[in-house]
Amino acid sequence: MTAEGPAAPGTAPDTGAAARRRRPAGPVLPEGPVRASANVCQAAGCLSLGSDRVFEALCEQVTARGLTDVVVRRVGCLGLCAAGPLVSVPEQGRVFDYVAAEGPDGPARVLAAISGGPAAPGSPQGGRVVSEDPFFSRQVKVVLERCGAIDPESLEDYTASGGYEALTRAVTEMSPEEVIAEVVVSGLRGRGGAGYPTGLKWRTVAKSSGSDGRFVVCNADEGDPGAFMDRSVLESCPHQVLEGMAIAGYAVRAERGYVYVRAEYPLAVKRLTNAIRQAEREGFLGREIAGTQFNFTIEARIGAGAFVCGEETALIASIEGGRGAPRPRPPYPAMSGLWGAPTLINNVETMANIPAVVSRGGAWLAGIGTERSKGTKVFALAGAVQNTGLIEVPMGLTLRQIVFDIGGGLAGGRRFKAVQTGGPSGGCIPEDMLDMPVDYESLASAGSIMGSGGMIVMDDKTCMVDVAKFFMDFCREESCGKCLPCRAGTEEMFRLLERISRGEATRLHLAQLESLAGMVRATSLCGLGQGAPNPVFSTLRYFRDEYMAHIDDRVCPAGVCPIAVPAVAGPSKAGGDK
Amino acid sequence: MSEVRTLVIDGKDVAASSDETVLSAAKENGIRIPTLCHLDGLSDVGACRLCMVEVEGSRKLLPACATKVEEGMRVTTQSDRLIAYRRNIIELFFLERNHICAVCVANNHCELQAQARELSLTHFELPALHPELAVDATHERFVLDQNRCILCTRCVRVCDEIEGAHTWDISGRGVASRLVSDLGTPWGSSTTCTSCGKCVQVCPTGALFEKGRSVAEPKPRRPYVPYLVKAQRRVP
Repeated sequence: MTAEGPAAPGTAPDTGAAARRRRPAGPVLPEGPVRASANVCQAAGCLSLGSDRVFEALCEQVTARGLTDVVVRRVGCLGLCAAGPLVSVPEQGRVFDYVAAEGPDGPARVLAAISGGPAAPGSPQGGRVVSEDPFFSRQVKVVLERCGAIDPESLEDYTASGGYEALTRAVTEMSPEEVIAEVVVSGLRGRGGAGYPTGLKWRTVAKSSGSDGRFVVCNADEGDPGAFMDRSVLESCPHQVLEGMAIAGYAVRAERGYVYVRAEYPLAVKRLTNAIRQAEREGFLGREIAGTQFNFTIEARIGAGAFVCGEETALIASIEGGRGAPRPRPPYPAMSGLWGAPTLINNVETMANIPAVVSRGGAWLAGIGTERSKGTKVFALAGAVQNTGLIEVPMGLTLRQIVFDIGGGLAGGRRFKAVQTGGPSGGCIPEDMLDMPVDYESLASAGSIMGSGGMIVMDDKTCMVDVAKFFMDFCREESCGKCLPCRAGTEEMFRLLERISRGEATRLHLAQLESLAGMVRATSLCGLGQGAPNPVFSTLRYFRDEYMAHIDDRVCPAGVCPIAVPAVAGPSKAGGDK
Repeated sequence: MSEVRTLVIDGKDVAASSDETVLSAAKENGIRIPTLCHLDGLSDVGACRLCMVEVEGSRKLLPACATKVEEGMRVTTQSDRLIAYRRNIIELFFLERNHICAVCVANNHCELQAQARELSLTHFELPALHPELAVDATHERFVLDQNRCILCTRCVRVCDEIEGAHTWDISGRGVASRLVSDLGTPWGSSTTCTSCGKCVQVCPTGALFEKGRSVAEPKPRRPYVPYLVKAQRRVP
């Protein structure tokens, strides 16, 4: 049993125990009007930097100073993960970065700004002004609307911000077909990566004969290196995902839903299961929702650490209790999914879009974005960029705007080299294509994919052969081993890339790599294998000269690869006959 | 209920029932599509990717064993591209384990060897992986040699679907995938194995074989599964 109440001051910080302990009572809620609230980010990024201690320190300070009109709250992800722990003061439109638990950067700084009114703009003490800082001002929030604004563990916070109104409206005022029509109008496309039209998928499931019932599955098995969109949404606003799933269940006439979430996200699992319990208690899930005949229950299923389980047929096999391996499609899960019943599978972000589509209308969402890619997209901005974090932008924004305006450019003043999107099935986009709008078609034509939203910025210290090798290593490790091209092909491609990076390859090896990559792409069973050669293809398309430097000159231009020839002594010595 | 579908395979007009696969329709009409993991009488998994065919109007190649026939389909089973891929696939099968035909019980009866011969595969371009693999000879009558296993899962399926024992399954993933009996215990100590020997009969290579047989000696009876299926169906 864990002790209740705040830990004694001076004891060693134990975030694990702190997370398990009952939430310490915050300061007494103000009796009169609230002058300001200090929202402390409690998502995984800031928590790892000690934001739970910042929260406790803020509570103590507010109580000690007798500030009865200031409320301190725990909220979800505030987005700017690079500068955590973050505290936002929405009344002043400010976000305070690098807030410590004590000292001059501690709660005193936040409270001084609250009591002293707006500080001089640009002063670091005054925090970042949301309306002026491009990181915040260029974003458009639909999915992340409530992230960082509400307590992720409070159903009251969610309903107070209009939560579950869309579900109530859908089940009481709309027919299932009307809900689907609204999703079709919105032009929403699957946010898991492939961009399949969501409305079409819903309609297919609704029209498939499901005498033994239908299922709704939310895919939260996010696994791309550098991607944390789904985790953040589940940690910051789990009810929004549950509401989207319940609306989907109503639309396709399903009575049971599953969230398949990976075990590596303990905090997301905890907040999700907590949210499911709360929603069941308040009648937003369970039997006779909103007094209608509609029943819908949701269960969380925890993945056991296989990337391939993000592939829908492997995910289904895993939920059914089998080995997480894909099977050939068709039949698609929309016709024959979980236990052979029609199954709707959507990603976390897709589900989180649904409440807004229902409450504000499909046409509203269709008004954001481009001709063929509607709405917004959440990206996990990572890598060599200044403002790493979670962002949501309207479709059609250019990569340059994302990397240089929102991302604040490269960290350490280094030179931009490429941006990688789409994870291990995606590709690298070079500098001269930075003005390309971010939408499904443009990214595909550039040899990458939209993917689930991982966006890794690379600077000139990055070797593209090394990048290709990294992703191939990931794929060979994560291949389920069912089909030969992916199982043995990724291993052979990895060995060829290793050879190139060691400076021991010839042009013949490069030709072998290219032909093998083409075979694996064309013959693999599922998306993992079919996409595995993509990092190789895209780096070859834009950075072939780097490969040639490794092969012909035996140098790694970026100085990353362990080339056996005296690379340490300087690349000028290498080179020689071609 | 199944209906008749007409389609074109390699320029030949073909009639098939709607629940048939492209593979069985082709076979019925004397068109050979190479396969390894497929075996008549067992469910199809589409794992070896050898039976990939081109279908007009489809961007992707499709596995003939797991693709149902459709009205007006135009299928190509032989093209330069398909043959090149098949050679790649057979080469990778040889490279990922230790296949040495000269000392293999299945020599001359091996489906992998036969495919290589048919595709005139004389040498390998890529390096072999040479994994260190164990041989499980703990069973009284049979041996499992991981060095020759191609992970086609015929044994897994015949044991599960026909014998109903489900002694075999796959553990691990990627190139580290291994055929295991009873959750990874030695075959000899298996409590589910009925020693029926079906897995040995359906193995396309020499990975599963009967003790006491010398090189190239056993003649496996692979095509007998459909008869077993038929016999089982007759029992009420």
